[in-house]
Amino acid sequence: MIMKTSITRLLLILLACTALAGCREDEVVMPAENETVPDIADPDTQIQGMYVLNEGNMGSNKCTIDYYDFPTGIYTRNFYGERNPDVIKELGDVGNDIAIYGSRLYAVINCSHKVEVMDARSGRRIGQVDIPNCRYISFHKGNAYVSSYVGPVLVDPDSPKGAVYRVDTLSLAVTGRVSVGYQPEEMAVSGNKMYVANSGGYRAPLYDNTISVINLEEFKQVRQISAAINMHRMRRDEQGKLWVTSRGNRQTQPSQLLVLSSEHENGEMELTDMLPVPCSNIAIHGDRLYYISSELNDYTGTNSISYGIIDTRTKKVIATNFITDGTEHEIKMPYGLAVHPETGDIYLTDAKNYVSSGTLYCFSPEGKKKWSIRTGDIPASICFLPKSTSGN
Amino acid sequence: MPPDDNGSFLCLLMNTTIRRALLILLAVNAIAASAVTSVKENADTTLSLTEVTVTAVRPQTEVIPAQKLSGEELQRLNSNSVADALRYFSGVQVKDYGGVGGIKTVNIRSMGTNHTGVVYDGIELGNAQNGQIDLGQFSLDNIEAISMYNGQKSDILQPARDFGSAGTIYLRTKTPEFSHGETYHARAALRFGSFDLINPSALLELRLSSHVNASLSAEWINSSGKYKFRYRRVNPAGEIAYDTTAVRQNGDINATRIECNLNGNLQNGEWHFKVYNYNSERGVPGAIVNNVWRRGERIWDNNSFAQGSHTQTYGNFTTLNNVKYSFYRTHYVNNDDKQIKVDNLYKQRELYFSTANELMLKRWWRLSVSYDFLWNALDADMHDFARPDRFTNMVSAATAISFNRFKAQASMLGTFIHDKLRGKKAPEDKHAFTPAIYLNFQPARTRDFQLRAFYKRSFRMPTFNDLYYADMGNSRLDPERVTQYNFGAVYSRSSHGFIPEARISADAYYNRVSDKIVAYPKGQQFRWTMLNLGLVDITGVDLSGLITVNPTYELYLTLRGQYTFQRAIDVTDPTDSYYRDQIPYIPRHSGSAVVNATWKQWSLNYSFIYVGARYNQQENIRYNYTQPWYTSDISISRDITINHVNLRALVEINNLLSQDYDVILNYPMPKRNWRVTLMVNI
Repeated sequence: MIMKTSITRLLLILLACTALAGCREDEVVMPAENETVPDIADPDTQIQGMYVLNEGNMGSNKCTIDYYDFPTGIYTRNFYGERNPDVIKELGDVGNDIAIYGSRLYAVINCSHKVEVMDARSGRRIGQVDIPNCRYISFHKGNAYVSSYVGPVLVDPDSPKGAVYRVDTLSLAVTGRVSVGYQPEEMAVSGNKMYVANSGGYRAPLYDNTISVINLEEFKQVRQISAAINMHRMRRDEQGKLWVTSRGNRQTQPSQLLVLSSEHENGEMELTDMLPVPCSNIAIHGDRLYYISSELNDYTGTNSISYGIIDTRTKKVIATNFITDGTEHEIKMPYGLAVHPETGDIYLTDAKNYVSSGTLYCFSPEGKKKWSIRTGDIPASICFLPKSTSGN
Repeated sequence: MPPDDNGSFLCLLMNTTIRRALLILLAVNAIAASAVTSVKENADTTLSLTEVTVTAVRPQTEVIPAQKLSGEELQRLNSNSVADALRYFSGVQVKDYGGVGGIKTVNIRSMGTNHTGVVYDGIELGNAQNGQIDLGQFSLDNIEAISMYNGQKSDILQPARDFGSAGTIYLRTKTPEFSHGETYHARAALRFGSFDLINPSALLELRLSSHVNASLSAEWINSSGKYKFRYRRVNPAGEIAYDTTAVRQNGDINATRIECNLNGNLQNGEWHFKVYNYNSERGVPGAIVNNVWRRGERIWDNNSFAQGSHTQTYGNFTTLNNVKYSFYRTHYVNNDDKQIKVDNLYKQRELYFSTANELMLKRWWRLSVSYDFLWNALDADMHDFARPDRFTNMVSAATAISFNRFKAQASMLGTFIHDKLRGKKAPEDKHAFTPAIYLNFQPARTRDFQLRAFYKRSFRMPTFNDLYYADMGNSRLDPERVTQYNFGAVYSRSSHGFIPEARISADAYYNRVSDKIVAYPKGQQFRWTMLNLGLVDITGVDLSGLITVNPTYELYLTLRGQYTFQRAIDVTDPTDSYYRDQIPYIPRHSGSAVVNATWKQWSLNYSFIYVGARYNQQENIRYNYTQPWYTSDISISRDITINHVNLRALVEINNLLSQDYDVILNYPMPKRNWRVTLMVNI
């Protein structure tokens, strides 16, 4: 009897320990977190706010959207989660691109194989478009175009060519698909042509070195421009030139910056310049192209990073440090880059070690830090929300 | 990040790395250890007469005994694998990716999986590729005992390699024991249950002569790996936001294990020989994320090894010699039509030789010297693969003194490593000297209460993946180092009365992991590399207790409990947002309790496991918070003996309350599940 009571007592103690240590509770939907940015935005711009897409590390399902509202200065982390608590397994795994077209916000979620479509103002979910291994999005005449690493399986099933999917932005239906090069990344439209940067990343070391040209009216690839290996970014400047980054192969082929421009009357673009500027990200504002360049020093294991500006008219580097106040020493892994379309403020994200919260920095056009704030994991892509949105 | 050459790919790499961990395993042998090991665990009821004889020659030598589960107790623990059973040890965290075929690795006292040595019948299992042993691959079918030592087994007659790990798990398979007149034993078992599990196994033991016996053990396991899991979220008002139940896919396994042993007794010695093969095909279920409920990864493992061991005592001198060759073949395929196609074949070879020699100078003073040689090679059909060979030489010297009330042991291990690469320059040779000191003091005349302490330094070499994996590896890596300090006390008594056995122990420890090898982003975006970056401080307390009562005739009640507190914080860099935060997947509090009642031929077992709140990434913020989980498992068994034939039926129900939990984020665990075991012993 005595023993029995001791055992009971022991059990009770154990149970008490457990209770002290904590029990499971209902899993609550991740709440949003609000923080006020210590800066007052210019009230006279036509920009209401900006969205930051945080990739989240692969397999973590921690892709989130943050929203920064300029008039109130409130920065909201996990904005999507709060607005859409009933979406099973939240926004998804590895967000790769975010953009606004008309009144809708589109987020390309790479490892969830979908494009999430939301109301641009409320962030409420409207629907999704399933596209396998989707990468980037761009828009033209009521259609969204989404690059995908996996196209229709063709001759070589081991490494199928990639594709660009056409999505009707009203119905969210896929209305077409065109096969392009291997593992296509960013796209840009010029005239009635779409240019697609192919990487061939799945075929390393046999990277793709072509830019696909799609005639948007027929929605067919009409040409491939031989350029440089492993291309990634593609942006159009005010003069209509296309700026394309090549990641190189990290051994024999360096990373560089390419320019496509049109010298023909028909507007066809050709490769005209190859600048020896290694860029991991670029953003164009007026006739300035801001870039982040980072290279690993093999001996110290540290990154040598520079933040430069190129004049898009002369194609010359006009500054090698657009951060002028020493803040660059705080930044571990510069990642996302965007420039406010009106004020010229520079937004730069730090992805740190890819598995912890990032930081969003805001710099004045003169390169002085205005503020910084914590983001989700791997802040990558940024888009601006206009005060008035129209269309669909 | 783009999965092509970038960051997400890293994840892919890391995951596959872990998967590849599967590789290896099994090794074996030699039960040489039995003479040596069993002797030390001299409470083991399975000791044979021969061993007892040996015991007389070599008195109990361990300074600090192991945590141990064996025999009947182990069989009743509702465990599918060795990893499941290790959850009942204090200081251990098991990473469990879920399911019958899911990967399970263990981490002792937060120092990291790569610091855990796993010894199978006397010889350590190796995995030079990624340094991790998947303990989910080891079923408990033929395991007789699992022992876990913090630091090393504090014996001095052991291979040099055994002095090397920061924590060591010893698995011992069943060794035949025949009573007079017996010539064979046979056992057949059939397990079946949830996940469409079918798991027949057989064991045959033969007495070949008065000095030689043999055993053959074989097992087949097949399971669809399908189980229901549920994700449910509520909004802050308590209303259901979503509630979805789905079936885990691509977690199937089909595996066979065959093991043959020959054991011999000699005058003042013994020898053992083992061959082993594990062959499996399994799906890798992968993370459950938005819009992805099924993946296409598969792994085929074919792991074989042969090992032999010989122990001989000549007067005051004892020598223990081991040899082993192993070949592990792993084929990994990713067939997911939305992802990069992967189809890689890896081959690992290992050759091992060890000689351990002990001299008893006085009855209270012993010395030992061991030398081990280890060759590892990895080959893969990947572009530009370095095909590394590693040659490791280890030399240890140890001494032990043993008085009535005081025991001490000191050892020093020197490790010398040389890597060779095809077509590339290998990194410089590395070497390390790692000392350990173990003390045990009995303050009173009675043996019931003892104080103990140890200090140990150890290191782990960067694995082949850390050093040479595609262009993520960094051949300049240094070994990752660990220093441990432990102080503890144990009270135990056994008698024939109302309380046949009682034991309680407490240990407090401080560990420091420096030059921790972590993946770090490399210059160009999306690229990762491995760096010696981390510094982790670990402070912990392990408590464990056991009490058996015998209130009435034939009724025994045993209560076993353990509790672990761990504060394992990252102190690498004060500018990190996770500086001084608890490292991922280490709970502050964890523990388990097992209650067992046996009455005549009946046995009832209830076990409870608790793992407290953890963070799934480095920063201790709510977005990384993972809830505690706790499961109750129950089993009941009954034995029947008819004409020397023993029959047993065992029914288990696991996760009785059907808790929906993840051990690893996005790897959901099964809800309530069951298993039946039918066994015949002749």
